[in-house]
Amino acid sequence: MSDKLQAWLLELRTPLAAVATAVLVLNLLSWGFGEAPWATLLTAAAGSWGTVYGIGQVLFKATPLLLAGIAVDLALRAGLFNIGVEGQIAIGSLAGTLVAIVLPPGLPTIVAVPITLVAAAASGALWAGVAGWMRARFGAHEVITTIMLNRIADALVAMIMTSWLALPGTVRTPDIAPSTSLPRLEALFDALSGSAVSWAFPASLLVLVGVYGWLRHSRLGRELVWVGHNEKACAAEGIPVGRRKILAMALSGAIAALAMAGMVLGYKGYYEIGLGAGVGFGGIAVAFLGRGRPLGLLLAALVFGTLAQAGLVINAKVPKEATGILEAVVIITIALSSRAAAKDAQRRAASASKGAA
Amino acid sequence: MSQLLSLTLVAETLRLSIPYACAAVAGVWSERCGVVNIALEGVLLSSAFGGVVFTLATGSPAAGVLGGILVGVTMSLGHGLLAAKYRVDAIVSGIALNLLAASGTRFLLRAWYDSASNSPAITGFHLGPTGSSGGAMLARTLLDPVTLLAVFAVALTPFVLHRTRFGLRVRAVGENPVAAASVGINVVGVRLAALAVSGAIGALGGIHLALDQHRFESGMSGGRGFIALAAVILSGWRPVRAALACLVFAALEATQILLQGQHLIPHEVLQMLPYVATLVILAIAAGRARAPAGLGKHAPE
Repeated sequence: MSDKLQAWLLELRTPLAAVATAVLVLNLLSWGFGEAPWATLLTAAAGSWGTVYGIGQVLFKATPLLLAGIAVDLALRAGLFNIGVEGQIAIGSLAGTLVAIVLPPGLPTIVAVPITLVAAAASGALWAGVAGWMRARFGAHEVITTIMLNRIADALVAMIMTSWLALPGTVRTPDIAPSTSLPRLEALFDALSGSAVSWAFPASLLVLVGVYGWLRHSRLGRELVWVGHNEKACAAEGIPVGRRKILAMALSGAIAALAMAGMVLGYKGYYEIGLGAGVGFGGIAVAFLGRGRPLGLLLAALVFGTLAQAGLVINAKVPKEATGILEAVVIITIALSSRAAAKDAQRRAASASKGAA
Repeated sequence: MSQLLSLTLVAETLRLSIPYACAAVAGVWSERCGVVNIALEGVLLSSAFGGVVFTLATGSPAAGVLGGILVGVTMSLGHGLLAAKYRVDAIVSGIALNLLAASGTRFLLRAWYDSASNSPAITGFHLGPTGSSGGAMLARTLLDPVTLLAVFAVALTPFVLHRTRFGLRVRAVGENPVAAASVGINVVGVRLAALAVSGAIGALGGIHLALDQHRFESGMSGGRGFIALAAVILSGWRPVRAALACLVFAALEATQILLQGQHLIPHEVLQMLPYVATLVILAIAAGRARAPAGLGKHAPE
C-alpha cells in the first residue's frame, strides 16, 4: 500500500516541478518589469481559476490545445512526429468555415455542424496525409515535410483569403450560417456568463475518449501502435506499415482540424488569417506533458490553457509574451523531470529485483 | 541591362544565402556529432536579437557580432546540455528553445525598446562602393565582414571535420557514441564543443539577418532554420553541399523578389515556391541520404 502511495507521489513530482518553475519564472519576469512579483501571480491565479468565468475561459483556451495534443500524440503512437498541426489547423479551419458559410440557412444544427466538421477534418486529413504519404513512399522525414507544409499552408490560406474569400479591406471571412454555430455553455450555467467556452469542449472530451478507446480496442488502432513500437516486426507479420503510417498521419490531421470547432463555430463565427496560430506548437507541448495517457493529455491541456488565460489577465502589468517564456520553461522542466523520474524508477526496479534474489 | 540584372541577381542570391548557409553548416556540426537540431531557428532569431542589442549598447557593429555569437553559443549549448547531457528528446528541447527565443525576444523588445515589432535602427559596417548598380551591390555584399566570416566558416568546416583530431572525435561520437566512449572519448564533452561551434556559426547567420535589415524584427528568422535543416538532410549531412543547396534556395528566393514587381503570378504562389521545391527535392533525394548512425543515441551511463 505504501509502495502505491510512494509511486503516486513520484508521479506527482513532474507536474509539481512544472508549476513551481512556472511560478518562479513569472515572479522573476514581473520583478524585472518593476511589478510586485507576488501580486502578478495572484492576479494571474484570480483571473484564471479564481472565478467561474475565468474557469470557463481556461476551458475555452484548453479546447483547441487538447485537440492539437491528441493529434500530435496519435501520430507519436505510430512513431511519427507531426509538427504540421499548425498548418493542418489553418487548412481545416478555412475549409470548414467555407462550408459553414455556404450551407443553406434552413438546415438544422444537428445536420449542419457535423457536415462542417467533416469538411474540416477531411481537409486536415488530406493535408497531413501528404506528409504521411511522403514518409511511406519516399522515406522523407515527416518533421521536415510537415514544417514545409506549414509554410505552404500559410501562403495558400493567405492567397485564398486575400484574392477571394475575405471581406474587402479585412483579413476575415463573412459570417458562418447561424445553424452551424455551436452554442456556448453559458446557456446551461448562468455562472459562465460571458465566457467563450462552448459545446466544443465536451465534444473534444468525446474525441479524447474515442481516440484512446479506438487505439486500445480496435484491430486497426492496435496495429497502428504496434507499427510505432516495431516497424520491422509488423512488416514481417504482414501489416502494411506504410498504409498504417499514412492513416495515422491523416487521422492526426483530421483531429487537428477539428480544433476549428471551438475557435470558429463556438467563438468567432468567422475565420480570419492567424486564427489558431500557435495552437499547433502548444499541442506538441501538451502531447509531451500528457505522455500518451488520456487523463494526462487533458491535464496538460488545462495547464497550457491556464497559462494562456493568465497571460491575458496580466497583460496590463507584464507583456503577454511572458506566457511563451513560461511555456518553454514548463516544457523544459517537464522533460528534465520526467527523465529523472524514469531513471529513478529504473534504479528502484533494479534494487527491488536485487532484494528478491 | 541584362548584365546588370544578372549581377543584381548574383548579389541578391549571395546576400540571401548567408543566413541559410550559416544555419545549414551549424546544423551539420550539430547532427554530425549526433544531436538532432531543430533549435537552429531559435539560434538564428536569438543571435539576431543579441547582435542588435550589443550594437545598440556599444555603438559598434563589431561588438554586436561578438554579442550575437555569445547569444548563439549560449542557446546552442543549452540545447546540447538538454539533449546530450540530460538526454531530453532533442525535438522537444528544440521546440522549447525555439519558443523561448520567439517569445523571449518579443518580451525583451517590449521591455527594453517599448515596441511590439522591432528594435530601433542600427548602423552596419558600410564597406564598399555606394550606389544601386548590380556591381556595387555585389561589391558591398562581398566586402561585408559577416559574409566573409560566414564564407570562411563554411570553407573551413569540411577541413576541421575530416582533417583534425577534434573533427574525427565529433564524427566518432556522431556515428557510434558507445564505441567512442569505450575508447575513452568524453562523448558529452565533444558534443557540447561541437554544439558551441554550431552555435557560433549559426549566430553569424542571425547577425547577418539583423545587420542586413539594420534592425531586429520580431520573428525575423522566418523559418530559415528549418529550411536549413532540410538542406542538411538533402546534402547527406555534408557541409559544402548543404551550403550549395542553400545557395540554390536563395537563388529561388532572389528570383521571387525580383519578380515581385511584375504582376503575372500572385506573390503568394512565389512565396510557396521555395517550400514546394524543397518538398519535391526531398521526395527525390530523401531515401538515398544516410544519416549519422549515432543521431539521437547516447553512450551508456
